[in-house]
Amino acid sequence: MVKSGTIILNTAARLLMPLQLLFSVFLLLRGHDEPGGGFIAGLVAAGAFTLYLFAFGVSATKEVLRMVDPRDLIGVGLLLGMISVLPAWFMGQPFLTAQWWTIPIIDFKASTPLIFDVGVYFAVLGSVTGMVMSLMEVDKDEP
Amino acid sequence: MQLAVLMGFLLAASSPLLHRWFGQRTSLVLALFPAGLAAWLALQAPEVIENGSLLLAWQWVPSLGISLTFLLDGLSLLFGLLITVIGACVLVYAGGYLKDHPDLARFHIALVAFMVSMLGLVLADGLFTLFIFWELTSITSYLLIGFNHSDIEARKSARQGLFVTVAGGLALMAGLVLLGIASGSWSLAEILSADADLREHALYTPMLICLLLAAFTKSAQFPFHFWLPNAMAAPTPVSAYLHSATMVKAGIYLLARLHPELGGTALWVGILSVVGATTMLVGAFLAIHHTNIKKLLAYSTIMTLGTLTMLLGIGSEYAMTAFVTFLLAHSLYKGALFMVAGILDHETGTKDVTQMGGLRPVMPITATIALVAALSFAGVPPLLGFIGKELMLESVLGADRFQMLLVLFAFVAAILTIAVAFIVALRPFYGKRYQTPLEPHEAPLSMLVGPALLALGSLLLGLVPAMLGGDALLTSAATAVAGHTTEVTLSLWYGVNIALIMSMVSLGLGFWLFKRWDSVRGRLSILNPVMRRGPEAGYESMMNGIVHLSEWQTRLLQNGYMRNYILVMLITLIALIGNSILLRHSPQFAFDLDVRFHEAAVVGCMAMGALFATISRSRLGAVVSVGVMGFSIALIFILFSAPDLAITQLLVETLTVILLVLVLFRLPRFSNLSTSFERIRDGIVAATMGILICMLIMTSWSIQQFEPISTYMIENSVPLAHGLNIVNVILVDYRALDTLGEMFVLALAAIGVIAMLKLRHGEGLPSENGDGKNGEKRNAAITKEPYDG
Repeated sequence: MVKSGTIILNTAARLLMPLQLLFSVFLLLRGHDEPGGGFIAGLVAAGAFTLYLFAFGVSATKEVLRMVDPRDLIGVGLLLGMISVLPAWFMGQPFLTAQWWTIPIIDFKASTPLIFDVGVYFAVLGSVTGMVMSLMEVDKDEP
Repeated sequence: MQLAVLMGFLLAASSPLLHRWFGQRTSLVLALFPAGLAAWLALQAPEVIENGSLLLAWQWVPSLGISLTFLLDGLSLLFGLLITVIGACVLVYAGGYLKDHPDLARFHIALVAFMVSMLGLVLADGLFTLFIFWELTSITSYLLIGFNHSDIEARKSARQGLFVTVAGGLALMAGLVLLGIASGSWSLAEILSADADLREHALYTPMLICLLLAAFTKSAQFPFHFWLPNAMAAPTPVSAYLHSATMVKAGIYLLARLHPELGGTALWVGILSVVGATTMLVGAFLAIHHTNIKKLLAYSTIMTLGTLTMLLGIGSEYAMTAFVTFLLAHSLYKGALFMVAGILDHETGTKDVTQMGGLRPVMPITATIALVAALSFAGVPPLLGFIGKELMLESVLGADRFQMLLVLFAFVAAILTIAVAFIVALRPFYGKRYQTPLEPHEAPLSMLVGPALLALGSLLLGLVPAMLGGDALLTSAATAVAGHTTEVTLSLWYGVNIALIMSMVSLGLGFWLFKRWDSVRGRLSILNPVMRRGPEAGYESMMNGIVHLSEWQTRLLQNGYMRNYILVMLITLIALIGNSILLRHSPQFAFDLDVRFHEAAVVGCMAMGALFATISRSRLGAVVSVGVMGFSIALIFILFSAPDLAITQLLVETLTVILLVLVLFRLPRFSNLSTSFERIRDGIVAATMGILICMLIMTSWSIQQFEPISTYMIENSVPLAHGLNIVNVILVDYRALDTLGEMFVLALAAIGVIAMLKLRHGEGLPSENGDGKNGEKRNAAITKEPYDG
């Protein structure tokens, strides 16, 4: 049903996807202080892949994703979410207490909320992309 | 000790590994564990007997005040010793009984896990811990009853036992919570030593009823007794251990444990004596109906459990002495008899006592063990059972209330019990030799050690009660049950009194009944139609009723049509919110018309979108107009300076439209399926919902019950969470646990959608769900964003 191959869409998608992905990472990292965050960033990234899907179809998008299956991304996201819980335990603090470390040379604030946010990012990205992709896969195979 | 119990679970888990190392000898290796525990308990005995009780403190969840503290006093010591000693015997026995069984490892897992759960139950000091171990015994018992899981009867019996005991477990939880509230403590040791009298407390009656329900279901009291005979579907070692010696006594343990604090009131005495005596009589009466040796023993166990309950109900000092003696005697002889029953079943291939006879020459050791145990069971001197029965009759004669009833019941039950004892022990071994399915021969040593030890215990403790510290242990246990010092001195001769005369007369009558058993059984069979209407029939029809009810409500509420789900949800919401707003608060519905032009314009856009979506005759048009609504909402967010929300709304809206469009092409033609009545009904529900939500927002604006939490969050977002974006700080820090949960929800929804699509894709199912349900489902999944800011 989705006719891939219109030249404007193709060109735009090819140009926009890397930009959108970059923008999503930007949103993810600045999320703690400015509007943004893992959920929004995940949606933007999912939007990028969805655009690519519309333009080039499922198999081309799978090639772009290489070995990564969106469903694995869901798992990775949940795993990161759970991992971010652990450091507080080792510090003897209640579950999910945020831990902050400053990485000295680049003066970067690393923290468990950031890891958690990355987890949200992947979970959202994986979920949405997975759903869209499997929807389009079903379409592809039907007359 | 706590470590030992926890280690026990580890041991249970590692028993498959042990099997690889020790093969058939695993049972012996595992038996070392309860034997060691028994030795440890025996070493603690002098201190416990001297001081009354011993507290082994161990913090578990300090923040919730839950501890794994163990309370070791006379009662728990007696129970603990029974559990460990009989546990060791049963494990050795099971090694022989289930020899070469392919699932022996699985059996060991459940049995050892049960053993430590039971031990934890009788040692627990905290009410929570008690409850947890109680439930663990129910679950392990379920696994053990259903051990032969390919047998439908075994599965059914296991489920029945589980339902009955777990229903009791729920009552226990309620009862323990009430107990904790009433006494202000969650520790048994504190409750037992507190001065406050719980009997006067307002919560006494509900608490007692809950706790009694728990105890009665677990200990198979009438009318909940029916699960125990059915539980005989379990392998015989399990019956010997769980369903005679230990688990079924958990309820009795609970009653005995709480007797000093809750016992003695009219309610307690009334319920316990009457229910106990009834159970006693019913159990003994039903026992002689059966020819299956395990059923015979099961019903006689019910009879014993009834007796124990009755003794707790009577509550006199004599009754306490009788209680502990009877408890000990029963565990010893009934454990032995069950194992003998298992040997008979194992060696002859039948469980029917009428099909056995004259086996003594081939299995002399088994016959001797059976004889000793049965004589104790029947209450023949000089065995421990005799002392127990003597004391029991004596305390019944001294009962304050219902004396005549109790004496009558006890006397009849005693006669029937004696008949059962002779049937089990004499019938298979003496008289004419029958042809049995297997050629009988003496059991292997591993199956004889356990019952022999228990029978020997019955004999020695009867002859020389002071030996092995029997008297001291029972004194300590009786003291714990009575709540004050109760001296127990067992002796075979209390002089010629009414109890002794009753005992002797019942022996004679019992033997007579045994001789005429076959004809009596024939005559009793006319009662069969009545039996079938017993409590078990009630249980069956209740369970069927539940199934029917759930079928009916599933058909009604979960019929697979998205539109019905939404309708049900909305109506429920309207009922709940409407009830709360209209009845509890004064609803506000006033408009403060201070709106700017551009705000009104955006709201107008939204209204138009909503309206067009409902009347549009093109599906694409409807989707787009829903989109218009969504984007207008995003605009509102921007106008009221919530950029995060606005971005999220825009993105979600975009993706929703994309998903909807993808789905649209797969749907059948847009047609008018609903009647005008349905449309009007839906319209009314939707409008009511809208007005109600509007009212809710306006009302909640005027109600300020708590200080808004946002102030705290705004003030602390930089100092505590190092973030300026409060929305994000809430998501990943303040409310990270919520977000984590929502991540899982999102992931599950996505996996569900993918799986559903792949399933249809893979199996090529006809598109029976192609009526819009799928699309709506996906829509519901994607709009369920993890966002609560």
